[in-house]
Amino acid sequence: MITVHYFAGLKEVTGVSQEQANLSGYTVQQLAQWAAEKYPGIDAGAARIAVNEEYALPEDRLQPGDVAAFIPPVSGG
Amino acid sequence: MKTFEIVTHAIDPQHYADMVLRPEAGAVTLFTGHVREWTKGVRTLYLAYEAYVPMAEKKLAQIGAEIEERWPGAQTAIAHRIGELAISDIAVVIAVSSPHRKAAYEANEYAIERIKEIVPIWKKEIWEDGEEWIGDQKKKPEGDGV
Repeated sequence: MITVHYFAGLKEVTGVSQEQANLSGYTVQQLAQWAAEKYPGIDAGAARIAVNEEYALPEDRLQPGDVAAFIPPVSGG
Repeated sequence: MKTFEIVTHAIDPQHYADMVLRPEAGAVTLFTGHVREWTKGVRTLYLAYEAYVPMAEKKLAQIGAEIEERWPGAQTAIAHRIGELAISDIAVVIAVSSPHRKAAYEANEYAIERIKEIVPIWKKEIWEDGEEWIGDQKKKPEGDGV
């Protein structure tokens, strides 16, 4: 299983801050497609995806137990 | 208290200046970013910040490492507050020490620019007539934040 986090505006679209999903073996790009299908209002293209607290590449592949996160454009400071 | 941290309480900037002060340092720059009431004609009532805390702290530490690499001898401490903040509250503090002042000034500005690029923290502005997560820049102008 993979844990998926959503933050800020994305969390308001999904209605959940995190969930577990059977996405082992998916690439990061496939994870974005999965989320876009599940949550039609999500702008997955604008978000970066982190895996295990580091920005990931589209071709990176999810391993069982990984923690993924959709990171919408940041606005700290 | 950690050198790079996300906090939920009021920030005391002096703590972070003290963390980077050492005998080799001839300069300490201390930047505090505050909640601004007016942004391009829109009045903010208060802000709510959210962070992906473990990753945000890692990314703050990464910025500190980048600074050490670019300005050898510079040391950095950064804290960002999350939760609800009122006008004029400190949202972020950046302390940089270095042997000479130029590096301390430059590295401090570098740190805030990098925070706005890579650290997973989000700001929601609450106005009199609504609210919005900032980042998509819909109603709000360019990211000229603090």
